[in-house]
Amino acid sequence: MSKLELSSLYQLTMVRFRLFLREPEAIFWIFIFPILLAAGLGIAFRNRPADVLQVGATTSQLTQALAADKGLKATTIDETAGTHALATGDILLLAIQKPDGVEYKYDDTNPDARAARLVADRAVQVAAGQREAVHSGNQLVHETGARYIDFVVPGLLGMNLMGSAIWGLGFSIVEARQKKLLKRLVASPMPRWQYLASFLLSRLAMLVIEIAAFLGFARLVFGVPFRGSLGQLAFLCVLTSLSFSALGLLIASRAKTMEAASGLMNLVMLPMWILSGVFFSATRFPAVIQPVVRALPLTAAIDALRGNMLQGMNLGQLVIPVEILFAWLVVPFAVSLRIFRWR
Amino acid sequence: MADGVTETTGAMTGSDLGAVLPVEVQMMSGPSLLLRRLRKTFADVVAVDGLDLEVMRGECFGLLGPNGAGKTTTIEICEGLTPPDDGTVELLGLNWASGANELRQRIGIQLQETQFPDKLTVEETLRLFRSFFRRGISIEESIRTAQLEEKRRSRVGTLSGGQKQRLAMACALVGDPELLFLDEPTTGLDPQARRHLWDLVDQLKQAGRTIILTTHYMDEAERLCDRVAIMDHGRIIALGTPSQLIASVGGEHIVEFAITGHETGQGLVDLALLTAIPGVQSHRVDAGLHQLSVRELHTTVPRIFAALTGQGLHLSEFRTHSATLEDVFVALTGRNLRDE
Repeated sequence: MSKLELSSLYQLTMVRFRLFLREPEAIFWIFIFPILLAAGLGIAFRNRPADVLQVGATTSQLTQALAADKGLKATTIDETAGTHALATGDILLLAIQKPDGVEYKYDDTNPDARAARLVADRAVQVAAGQREAVHSGNQLVHETGARYIDFVVPGLLGMNLMGSAIWGLGFSIVEARQKKLLKRLVASPMPRWQYLASFLLSRLAMLVIEIAAFLGFARLVFGVPFRGSLGQLAFLCVLTSLSFSALGLLIASRAKTMEAASGLMNLVMLPMWILSGVFFSATRFPAVIQPVVRALPLTAAIDALRGNMLQGMNLGQLVIPVEILFAWLVVPFAVSLRIFRWR
Repeated sequence: MADGVTETTGAMTGSDLGAVLPVEVQMMSGPSLLLRRLRKTFADVVAVDGLDLEVMRGECFGLLGPNGAGKTTTIEICEGLTPPDDGTVELLGLNWASGANELRQRIGIQLQETQFPDKLTVEETLRLFRSFFRRGISIEESIRTAQLEEKRRSRVGTLSGGQKQRLAMACALVGDPELLFLDEPTTGLDPQARRHLWDLVDQLKQAGRTIILTTHYMDEAERLCDRVAIMDHGRIIALGTPSQLIASVGGEHIVEFAITGHETGQGLVDLALLTAIPGVQSHRVDAGLHQLSVRELHTTVPRIFAALTGQGLHLSEFRTHSATLEDVFVALTGRNLRDE
């Protein structure tokens, strides 16, 4: 046997790899699922060329006036049928010919309908002979980095780092405790720190694959930008993963059954899935709960990842989220080492 | 009664012993295991109640008793897994307070109910455990000893109960331990797997290792152990070699009989007549079944028949067997091991 094979840290870490790789479900959730999710979201929220807006008009004259604008597709329809079409979403706006002019019927809480109102009115005014007072032209820009997919990729990355660290550590440790393997290990001369270190080492190695696969996909398929330093991005990923590993360790430090651990994990992760701005900006939540939202590790992680990837910020500009992540690394780790139940 | 139980009344207490005999304790000639006034209470249950024990090097020692007698607690205190409330523990001349790391290197442990990861192979599991020990035997040797050659590349999840238990034994052996703890090594195994494991323990005994095992199977203790301590309610109620213990019941044979027509039968049999028969050591009744412990079957059995016939009684059952540790336990506690 080689020297390496005799090293208990090496053996413990290899065991972590083997157990992970022999669990097909884990591979799916950690490697494949985030990519599928990104692909799905990328397709669903892709920025299409400006849509042609469906509108209706009560007279054919009005229809002609509206159809003159390329942004509108107009059909002639009577008022009753038009109201029905509005309700079912077939058209966004109904232009009604009145003796004294034109009236627009639309839902003003729908942004598309509001746009239709502006375009339709302009078309009607132009048809009536209005000329623009100031000449205006357009210069079109399709900026990467401002699309939804660009926004959501760092969010999904943060969410994935959280899930793989908490599940990876939490379930394995609690399972070992439940099966009395932990007790058997501490009865052996195994150095206890190595058991925990093996989780961190295997986590870091898996992290490389996980991040490379996910970000590589986002880059190649959607052209998601990397505006910040890649080295600093790697640092942020490692820090995030370690913070959530510490949290996973804390969750696993006393739970005796998988059910208890599972409940605790959901309790910890569910609020963050919702509050931490994975799919939409966390700033949308009311100001009262903002301090709580800001203090969550996933919010800090996603803020830092977005800052790096989308805005090209360096670590100096990301001091606050990095500090929050460090706090989430140190405190849970220290607490779990104190309260960890080895049997 | 056997010699060991009287140790409690010895003039020397555990702490005195440590002070007076440090040289001997340090030397290889000292006992492998020394327990003095060991106590452990869980909530309001006294699991171990003032236990004294000495196990010599090279001995195969059995802690025997029903479930809940305190065997596992005792062995886990010895293994350093459970701290005792009171008393001293010394293994190989070391104690857990100052020599924990050294001790873990030198003892081998098989726990009840350890489940090794299903998705590791036998070889990988052994390699992991081997890496914890500074010195020890090769993986090949441990696989050979546990007779798992054909299973070395199989995943643990596919092993039978007996094979899993042999793997647990192999994991206990990889560090080439001087002292081996086996906690109920055959519980839950089928008879063939049990015998297979007994053969393995026999081999280890012949290799000169000190083995301490717990069991609630009397036949197992009789078959494997040089000396046995019978435990009940956290105390040792008898200590000695299996044959000494069996002799302590007073007869080497047990005669069991029941009387026709009377479920209880008790009132009808004149006990005085029976116990007056020379060679009958004791009598007890359990659910209509009379048990006599008897020294010589060939002389006493005819007299028992004569006595029963003389009272006009008819036998519905009559059998004899050699006294076992089971009978020792029954004689000492009035209960069967199986009742627990």
